[in-house]
Amino acid sequence: MLDPKAIRSQFPLLLREISGEPIVYLDSAATSQKPDAVLEAMMNVYRTSNANAHRGMHPLAEEATQQYEKARATVQKFLNAKYAEEIVFTKSCTEAINLVAHTVSQQDHIVLSLLEHHSNIIPWMQRDAHIHWTNLSDLEEILRTHTISLVAITGQSNVLGIRPPIEEIIQLSHAAGAKVLVDAAQLVAHHPIHVQKLDCDFLTFSSHKLYGPTGIGVLYAKRECLEEMSPMLGGGGMVYSIAEQSFTPLGIPEKFEAGTPPVADAIGLATAIDWLAHYDWKDIEEYEQHLLRHAEEVLTTIPGLTILNLQPHSAKAPRGDLQPQSGCISFTLAAVHPHDLTEILGRQGICLRAGHHCAQPIHKHLGIAASTRLSVGIYNTIEEINLLPSAIEHAQHVLATT
Amino acid sequence: MDIYAENILDHYRNPRNRSPLSPQERIGKDRPEDHQFMQYTENNPACGDEITVGLDIQNTHVCTISWDGTGCAISQAAMSMLSEQFTGKSVEDIENFSTEDMLALLGVNLGPRRLKCALLGLDALKKAMKSHGAADED
Ligand SMILES: Cc1ncc(COP(=O)(O)O)c(C=O)c1O
Repeated sequence: MLDPKAIRSQFPLLLREISGEPIVYLDSAATSQKPDAVLEAMMNVYRTSNANAHRGMHPLAEEATQQYEKARATVQKFLNAKYAEEIVFTKSCTEAINLVAHTVSQQDHIVLSLLEHHSNIIPWMQRDAHIHWTNLSDLEEILRTHTISLVAITGQSNVLGIRPPIEEIIQLSHAAGAKVLVDAAQLVAHHPIHVQKLDCDFLTFSSHKLYGPTGIGVLYAKRECLEEMSPMLGGGGMVYSIAEQSFTPLGIPEKFEAGTPPVADAIGLATAIDWLAHYDWKDIEEYEQHLLRHAEEVLTTIPGLTILNLQPHSAKAPRGDLQPQSGCISFTLAAVHPHDLTEILGRQGICLRAGHHCAQPIHKHLGIAASTRLSVGIYNTIEEINLLPSAIEHAQHVLATT
Repeated sequence: MDIYAENILDHYRNPRNRSPLSPQERIGKDRPEDHQFMQYTENNPACGDEITVGLDIQNTHVCTISWDGTGCAISQAAMSMLSEQFTGKSVEDIENFSTEDMLALLGVNLGPRRLKCALLGLDALKKAMKSHGAADED
């Protein structure tokens, strides 16, 4: 079992108060807070060993290079990738997806699910690729009737918290000759990932949703995929040699990492991964499920509150038919706009996200413009969840129109 | 001041001049010769707020403003206040109304997050006015 008190005590930000009330941070799907271990590791880089990686022979440069490459190996192990060079460091999950999208063209047919975040939609649109939207149940049909180059799908919805069956989707897609990109931005902090077992071609995530720093993300890609791809950014650190009119890039992964690499951020990410490894995935998942199921229970007692799911109207469906939601749940509240609700909750230190959460297609599909999202990390507690009903009812009271 | 101050909540709870009917629909077929009706719908996809505003204008005089919409307390209250503010005024008064004037009318200081909400109605009004100018030239 996880000890949330012991975990919380490692997060200095969670000690903060807002208007005299302790902060209740329920927005980890937007970005997680960072434990002391990560903060100290990054501070330590700048205090004791800061230098540019892959540039220079002096001892500090050597150390920076070693630490940066060690961070890559940590990510490789974390994702169960076969080779370290299959890990490309990027600025973010968004940049990682763009890096892959950069290699598609107008002729490519791409499948996206209705659950996708704008980061996994816009980059494909920018390439003028032909987009096929799937509600998941029609995926086989789409794969049969079109020549699809790539299926790009989220591992966990950042609105509904549901997890598409990615193993099955990857098998189906491969059978149809399509590659698969898994957007693991939301999945990564809540479920172990084994890219070799999954057999996905690409997988992306951001460090900042995994208890690590902002400013660094990861693209995992099978070695043969990376070797075929052309780099998106050109600059220092990615070139083997330059001729009068052309250049030869370095091999993978360097050819995708132009410019000074984010050394301290990579070390911060590796530290976050090592820190998280102190806890058992089974315990993490059990504890977060416990929090979310409890949240569901207390929220549904509030009149006018509806928790969003893919089948919002099939109240008759047995509970077991709906997939369990992980990481987050989102809801609407009759006659109260999410912005008003979260603004009023925020005054009591309760931080929830409002809006369309960069996922307009799923909101459109559900016939709503915006929702309120509650998301958890391993530092949240049942006591925090229990503050919600009265706080939400207070907001309802303030805004009551009748 | 609190953005959920009583005056804002009052306009949100009891919106003035809110009607699903446009001025044109209200006055019906017998519209006087020198009246112009105009309508504009403005929305903010980022939060799903939407306001449709209708104007009945005689020469440059604003006879009626009616509006309908959905959204947060700020966007709806701001529109309600504007509809009171400009009924009986001139089109120039609307054109000259600034962001600062809007904040002064609301009586609150809004951060960048909520400023868009506060300005949604004013944007709709000003865009409706543009259709006024255009119609004049025909
Ligand atoms: C499902 C999903 N994909 C991609 C992203 C983009 O992540 P980032 O903004 O860190 O690049 C997010 C972040 O909100 C997300 O939730």
